[in-house]
Amino acid sequence: MYKVVIDGQPSEVTNGTTILAACEQLGIEIPTLCYLKHLTPEGSCRICVVEVKGARHLQIACATPCTDGMEITTMNERIYAFRHMIIELLLANHHADCFNCSANGSCKLYQYAMDYDVEQTRFEEVTKFRPKDESSEFFNYDPSKCILCRRCVRTCNQLQSNHTLSLKNRGVATWVGLPFDKLFKDSNCVSCGNCVSVCPTGALTTKASKKYRSWEVTKTRTTCPYCGVGCQMDLLVKNGKIVGVEPADGPANSNLLCVKGKFAYRFINHPDRLKTPLVRKNGVLTSTSWDEALDYVAEGIKRIKAESGPDAIAGFASARATNEDNYVFMKMMRAAIGTNNVDHCARL
Amino acid sequence: MEELRVVLSKAGDISPIKSSEYVSVGGYEGLRKAVEAPEKVIEFIKASGLRGRGGAGFPTGLKLSFTANTPADQKYIVCNADEGEPGTNKDRVIMEEIPHRIFEGMAIAAVAVGADQGYIYLRAEYPHLKKILEEALADAREHSFIGPNIVNSGFNFDIQLFIGAGAYVCGEETALLDSLEGKRGEPRFKPPFPGVAGLWGKPTLVNNVETLANLPAIILNGPEWFRQIGTEKCPGTKVFTLSGNILNPGVYEYPIGVTIRELFEDVGGCCPNGKKLYAVQTGGASGNIIPPSLLDTPMDIERCSENGATFGAGDLMFIDEDRCLLDVLENLIEFFEHESCGKCTPCRTGNPQLLALIRKFKNGTAKQSDLELMLELGNVMVGGCLCGLGQAAPNPILSAVRFFPEVFKVNNNYERGAS
Amino acid sequence: MTNSIAEVVDADAILVIGSNTTETHPVIGAKIRQAVNRGAKLIVAEPREIPLAQQAEIFLPLKPGTNVAFLNGLMNVIINEDLMDEEYVKNRTEGFEELWDIVKEYTPEKVGEICCIDPEDLKAAARIYAKAERAPIFYAMGVTQHSTGTAGVMSVANLALLCGKVGKYGCGVNPLRGQNNVQGACDMGCLPGDYTGYQKVANPEARAKFEKAWGVGLSSRPGLTITEVMDAIESGEVRCLYIMGENPMVSDPNLNHVEHALRSCELLIVQDIFLTETAELADVVLPATCYAEKEGTVTNTERRVQMIRRAVPGPGDSRDDWMILSEIMHRLGYDNEFSSPQEVLEEIARVTPSYGGFSFERLEKVQPQWPCPTPDHPGTPILHVGKFSRGERAIFKPSPCILGAELPDEEYPLILTTGRILYHYHTRTMTGKNEDLNRVVGRSFVEINPTDAAKLGIEDGGRVRVTSRRGEVEVDARVTNRVSEGVIFMPFHFVDGAANRLTNNVVDPIAKIPEYKVCAAKLRAM
Ligand SMILES: Cc1cc2nc3c(=O)[nH]c(=O)nc-3n(C[C@H](O)[C@H](O)[C@H](O)COP(=O)(O)O)c2cc1C
Ligand code: SF4
Ligand code: SF4
Ligand code: SF4
Ligand code: SF4
Repeated sequence: MYKVVIDGQPSEVTNGTTILAACEQLGIEIPTLCYLKHLTPEGSCRICVVEVKGARHLQIACATPCTDGMEITTMNERIYAFRHMIIELLLANHHADCFNCSANGSCKLYQYAMDYDVEQTRFEEVTKFRPKDESSEFFNYDPSKCILCRRCVRTCNQLQSNHTLSLKNRGVATWVGLPFDKLFKDSNCVSCGNCVSVCPTGALTTKASKKYRSWEVTKTRTTCPYCGVGCQMDLLVKNGKIVGVEPADGPANSNLLCVKGKFAYRFINHPDRLKTPLVRKNGVLTSTSWDEALDYVAEGIKRIKAESGPDAIAGFASARATNEDNYVFMKMMRAAIGTNNVDHCARL
Repeated sequence: MEELRVVLSKAGDISPIKSSEYVSVGGYEGLRKAVEAPEKVIEFIKASGLRGRGGAGFPTGLKLSFTANTPADQKYIVCNADEGEPGTNKDRVIMEEIPHRIFEGMAIAAVAVGADQGYIYLRAEYPHLKKILEEALADAREHSFIGPNIVNSGFNFDIQLFIGAGAYVCGEETALLDSLEGKRGEPRFKPPFPGVAGLWGKPTLVNNVETLANLPAIILNGPEWFRQIGTEKCPGTKVFTLSGNILNPGVYEYPIGVTIRELFEDVGGCCPNGKKLYAVQTGGASGNIIPPSLLDTPMDIERCSENGATFGAGDLMFIDEDRCLLDVLENLIEFFEHESCGKCTPCRTGNPQLLALIRKFKNGTAKQSDLELMLELGNVMVGGCLCGLGQAAPNPILSAVRFFPEVFKVNNNYERGAS
Repeated sequence: MTNSIAEVVDADAILVIGSNTTETHPVIGAKIRQAVNRGAKLIVAEPREIPLAQQAEIFLPLKPGTNVAFLNGLMNVIINEDLMDEEYVKNRTEGFEELWDIVKEYTPEKVGEICCIDPEDLKAAARIYAKAERAPIFYAMGVTQHSTGTAGVMSVANLALLCGKVGKYGCGVNPLRGQNNVQGACDMGCLPGDYTGYQKVANPEARAKFEKAWGVGLSSRPGLTITEVMDAIESGEVRCLYIMGENPMVSDPNLNHVEHALRSCELLIVQDIFLTETAELADVVLPATCYAEKEGTVTNTERRVQMIRRAVPGPGDSRDDWMILSEIMHRLGYDNEFSSPQEVLEEIARVTPSYGGFSFERLEKVQPQWPCPTPDHPGTPILHVGKFSRGERAIFKPSPCILGAELPDEEYPLILTTGRILYHYHTRTMTGKNEDLNRVVGRSFVEINPTDAAKLGIEDGGRVRVTSRRGEVEVDARVTNRVSEGVIFMPFHFVDGAANRLTNNVVDPIAKIPEYKVCAAKLRAM
């Protein structure tokens, strides 16, 4: 354990703890752009600087490990001015069109510009922006909104391990691109959307996000309904409808999702959803009340059971329903009907 | 003034390829001594006070001990021969004339830290050196100075030549390692330092060509001998590169502590055509620009920084009265803007802004606020960039503003005047 | 899975067999690739050159249906080259002699012939797996969906046991379950022979326990599996079928047979969220809420129990499945007291030792893996550490390789294998309602090797007719090297051009899994 003092508060941290993590333990917030929990810190954006007593220069919090006896200041004039300058520099290379931007409300650049009172940059715009790529079915890419935090590139390469995104060119001409400058739709991109989920600005946004702003949505933590990995995710709801999905840090998925988990939620609001019970009348499935439908089911089961015994009835439960649903189904078959003819498509 | 040649001793007098000729002038004797008592090597280097010649001046003995003390199944020695700083040519001369001294230095370091593989990361713009180095390496391998069981000692150590990626930033040690690993060369955050986790995550000693070429003599003649040369805090010699408006440009080896004036007047022969000296850029493209009034500054790391000069890799570029300092600055910042790897915000986005601001001064449209912004930005970059490139890029401007304020004319009425 | 998903990133070697992981379990696929990025050696044994094959140290394009021979071959090499974990085999297993009796026949050369692979690759794969400190095996339907699926699964276990890789961090035998709650549905006793937590119907003690818990007498007659039910409907033994959230009209093998059965069923009740192909045949259709509209728990492939939560209200009059079922039970004269999913889970915890420690309250905070018998039990990330569930020793259950039930012949010269693709899921009840996904892949297709395609005059993108002994469909052709000569692949998701009109409904005698992965077929350009 190391003893450290942060903004006058003494604290103890384990060997290897970064300044950022030590601040988090004390509930002190530090702005970050390139930092992401599941990636090795690379210290490129430089916005997380703090002052360390005895060090000549400001130190980045995300990557600098605490040392025993370290005294850290997380806010003063020098730090404020430094961060202010970083934001100004980013804004000079940014097409700030917040009104039309999907990220409006969830954009970190916007947030920090507000936090650090940057109303306008003193610098000239110097970057020539690359064209947009809206070829993916699921998301859009607008390089003029990119702040080169490289979260997307590192996520695609290190976590999704798909190697679709890479850094092209050098210096101020650096941009995030695809091999041979391909479009997403012509690349090896698997549409997992993990790059989109980590983008702190409006550079990578889901197509659906044009239609909501972050302050309009509520989030509900749940488990992905598709494969057996059991990814944790947040459903974004606006006006009683799912409008998007964000990955969560579940034990199985650690903030990743696949194309189905991230984008295949539209069936929920689909107009073809069944809304009333149906009973076949004169050969046609006809809307009816719950009472009628349930009676029909119960009477039918009773009659067949009386005539042919319980084993003339069989039931298939569902690998997509919950444990509770399946338990009640199994109990219905065994306890209420009296047969062991219960199965589900575990084998498929 | 007589040169004092340690690194370049006998350079040019013997074949660069043939190890037999190098041996005939005492070559590989240091290595033979090192393998007899490998545990003494680091002790010797520490005692000698040798500091890195690649620009940062880090104590070499300490660096060796970091790599030596990190347990690992594999360690590497990397010779930094990227020499990308405009106006630096010293490593090139060492490699052209006496490459075996570098191999010997690498082998000594390998024995000391327990590495069995070395790499020379050669600047892409030195293609002619590829042949020389490869032939010299083959010869060294043939005579068992490198390869399995070097000098019959039981140690194995081989050296492989790697041609660089043609980017200045790849001279930065961690970017160099990325480049060696086949990645886009970008500096890594430190710690961990290469000595602990370097090439492919293994402990790696990265040293400059000249630093490594100092090792054989230190081992052979002992640290006391080395300490007699140079200054107390910076013992030894330095291979200086003189360039710019000077009569005898070139590479010269002198004891550390020699003054800039001695190098300018006695060695370099002053500016040609009787021109007056206007400024000196010290320590390479990213070093400070100083006025002639500071010519008596000794070239020694501490003296330089006290006086506002830069020791760097020992380069001195002389600027005579006919040159416009703003042109020089524009050139330098163009270089940094071009060479920035683009990883960190202040360097990627700051250099183009510095350039834009310098151009404002050039065309007379700069205002007082531009001067202030330039200084503010420069200071943010010095303190806030990820690697030495961005940290040092504003040095020429910041020093020029300090020593040559007359160059930065502001025109606060510009906007009104123009409309 | 015996082990946890998170462990894979620490692996030194990984064996993937019969699983196209990056498409069917994409996030586990990504983690396997993370491990490879960090230096793990990947071995892929699959009939098709799946995306993971590109990162593989060794890729073994097995002829479909030859998994057991391959696994026996690995064991043969491992034993012959003294790479097995003798300590482990001695202390923790039984039946090594019987294993050797069978695998000794499977020399690399013989296996090379059976599987159409290079014997040297087999040897190299065996060495990598056996020598690695941490080496998980991942497998999926490519192992199970065969008439010899149980033998395949047992052989995977034999291999891991032989190398002492069961009950150890970063190792294990890891089946990847297809749907988000297959594991849970099995755990909940939706299997003919099992109550919850695999308590056997055939075991009188277990039966007595449930009779007591539920307050009724229970049948001791073993129940029927899905495929058996279909036959029983046709023979008139089963007259009523209740299907909750399943779509056998696309997912089951030999669809023509399924369709006939469902049409002839006297009372077909379907409870679902859409009017699926199956629901269209029903007498009663009950509208259910979907995962985003209800509360409950699901169990993932690593036995981890996690929550789903209500984000939006269900459409119209739709109701939660458990509520509908409780209503019916009530009408059948069996009164349930459930008033919420919480209460259901409480009962599950009472009657199921491995789920004893779960409650909504706890799952809000932590999501342990079963077995988790008590509320203060941390859960079990790795099974069989130190000892096996049934006593001290695991028993090798070796099996010779028996080839698929239906092999290619002159009339049907190709092997058809089926599977999933990334952009769709199961019978597309959910994914098919997403236009963006449909634009990426909207119709069924068949993959065919360029050599076979040339012989048959089939062009990439052209329409073809695929025929088996059970039916025929028309689909787009995709000419690709991903499949070997003599093998064709079809996704099973699509109704139009449904692969399961062709597949064989023979089942594995023990697990009753149909042979989706191998049947004989022929192809004709249209
Ligand atoms: C942008 C940049 C370029 C550099 N280029 C070189 C170079 O070309 N050669 C070199 O030896 N060191 C170069 N360095 C310094 C190296 O990072 C490192 O400090 C040096 O190789 C260490 O060797 P030394 O201790 O022997 O000096 C460079 C540093 C930076 C920041
Ligand atoms: S969607 Fe996934 S695969 Fe495609 S670029 Fe983004 S991270 Fe990479
Ligand atoms: S696209 Fe987004 S995530 Fe990627 S570098 Fe740009 S701002 Fe960062
Ligand atoms: S997000 Fe993808 S990988 Fe994760 S559970 Fe859902 S379907 Fe599986
Ligand atoms: S300072 Fe410049 S060269 Fe160095 S890491 Fe930052 S962007 Fe790259």
